[in-house]
Amino acid sequence: MTRTLLLATAATFTALAASADEVRVYNWSDYIDEALLEKFEAETGIDLIYDVFDSNELLETKMLAGSSGYDVVVPTGSFLSRQITAGAFQPLDMGQLSNAGNLWDVIKDRTAIYDPGNAYSINYMWGTTGIATNTGKVQEALGADAPVDSLALLFEPGNIEKLAECGVHILDAPTELFPAMLAYMGEDPNSHDPDLIKAAAERLMEIRPYVTKFHSSEYINALANGEICAAIGWSGDVLQARDRAAEAENGVEIAYFAPKEGALMWFDQMAIPADAPNPEAAHTFLNFIMDAQNMADASNYVYYANGNLASQPLLEEDVIGDTAIYPDEATLENLYTVTAYPPKVQRVVTREWTRVKTGR
Amino acid sequence: MNWRRFLLIGTPYFWLLAFFLVPFGIVLRLALSDAAIAIPPYTPVLDLSEGWRGLRDMVAAWDFENFQWLLDDDLYYIAYLSSLKIAALSTLLTLLVAFPLAYGMARAPEHWRPALMMAVILPFWSSFLIRVYAWIGILSNEGYLNNTLIALGFIESPIRMLNTDFAVYIGIVYTYLPFAVLPIYATLDKLDTSLLEAAEDLGCSRISAFWLIVLPLSRPGLIAGGFLVFIPVVGEFIIPSILGGPDTLMIGRVLWDEFFSNRDWPVASAVAIVLLLLLIIPIVLFQRAQERVREAEQ
Repeated sequence: MTRTLLLATAATFTALAASADEVRVYNWSDYIDEALLEKFEAETGIDLIYDVFDSNELLETKMLAGSSGYDVVVPTGSFLSRQITAGAFQPLDMGQLSNAGNLWDVIKDRTAIYDPGNAYSINYMWGTTGIATNTGKVQEALGADAPVDSLALLFEPGNIEKLAECGVHILDAPTELFPAMLAYMGEDPNSHDPDLIKAAAERLMEIRPYVTKFHSSEYINALANGEICAAIGWSGDVLQARDRAAEAENGVEIAYFAPKEGALMWFDQMAIPADAPNPEAAHTFLNFIMDAQNMADASNYVYYANGNLASQPLLEEDVIGDTAIYPDEATLENLYTVTAYPPKVQRVVTREWTRVKTGR
Repeated sequence: MNWRRFLLIGTPYFWLLAFFLVPFGIVLRLALSDAAIAIPPYTPVLDLSEGWRGLRDMVAAWDFENFQWLLDDDLYYIAYLSSLKIAALSTLLTLLVAFPLAYGMARAPEHWRPALMMAVILPFWSSFLIRVYAWIGILSNEGYLNNTLIALGFIESPIRMLNTDFAVYIGIVYTYLPFAVLPIYATLDKLDTSLLEAAEDLGCSRISAFWLIVLPLSRPGLIAGGFLVFIPVVGEFIIPSILGGPDTLMIGRVLWDEFFSNRDWPVASAVAIVLLLLLIIPIVLFQRAQERVREAEQ
């Protein structure tokens, strides 16, 4: 405890001493090729301090507390829109972003729902929320015709019950799980109706006894090590788990499926906090990220699609050619987006989620 | 030289004011506010430009709604009870493990004691977080413990230990053990061994001498160690979130959820204040016990 406190205090003091040639970036865990960070420092001479988080909620708390000390943060679309409302970000200075022309209109049109006119943010990566399976173990538990491409695999008590023994992780992300359950129930996944959300919670309560853990980052390792046999997770994370397992040659085979009932499409947006200590360096960082080669390197490393059209010819075939990453037309039709819940509904959402997680 | 006396008496009160009352005041003020989508995420905020009127407006907007919210929802009540239960049981377990350890240390030859003491303190030199994480590697389905048990033929398929209450108890007992060992060792170390010799001379067996002499005399150490474990464990957050499963309900986790997932600082603050009130009782009892020991020593 004391140690954590000491570290926190030390971090606060260093934040106060931020100097002109430093940029502090707060991004999701396992979300960049670290070689890019070194490349940025070498090219620009700016010191890069890179810090990671694994939940939008955690980031939002820091943003709303103010004086976070970060220059660049990466919230997901629906969270971004609420934080823009709260006045957490500063508008981007397009004059400092010469690479902005590389961005992809298809994605910009969609992110404009959260950030009108894309005035405050640029897209870093986007992906889907879907099903991860350990092929061997799922077949062992449910037979060769296990419904791996359907949410029924985990949302039907009869199925998940058989997977419970080998372990199931579910994202600790209410704003993604309620829409997924609503999609499975045939309702509008973006519904803000408290009664429908409660109905979805009721269905999730039926499967909660079989969930090993609700967590948003441990599942990558747990899948790769064969600790768990199924998860609801983010596309690129699951593909990273697939590759880690392949590298470890431990006989674990991981697969990702965008569920046929529809999958959530989300966008992680880079934005600059209103009180960023060094907005100029922040723009330099955004411009560096928007470089076609850099963005391609990032996607080739983390297996997420990006919103950068110019980077596409530079992507490796197992990224641009994989429909789990860059969906084909048919899958794209099946993807849905969600918007932020209003405050009153938000309270219902989080209370119901606590009920799902704890059973009370 | 009155001011010197004033300074002497005043300093502890100053610390109390700076490190307890001021933070408590801030938390209390938050608990009386309402959540909002803004920076900072609550309302009312003190408007300094308005001067006195700003302060009056802020006070007028305060209410006890958040405490009412805690009462209306049985989640909080159950989480408090569950935290107290986990804390009580793990304190008992910690003392059960700590006592023989401390006893062994106190009975060890004089020149061994510094090394034994070091062995108890040494784990503190590595990060608390890493020590808790290490248990994932030991307790998981593919972990050392399950693999060893399978290799020895005791079990056929792994037993689920990680993400259960069992893992939480192990984590707590392991990390809080030194807090219990040290005070117990301190009392046992001071124990006058001639009392034991006298007991034996008077025909008392070793076992009954332990029950009649050693245990009662080590009570202050047991009480101090017990409270030092119990009080922080009630609010423990890290161990249940790393080693616990979805069923492990502790107030520290509820507080985290209110603060981070709901970004509802006011409700989180109300939870913290109720937790503090709950803990005041054991803390006062602890102070009393400590005072009695000090008086007995004088």
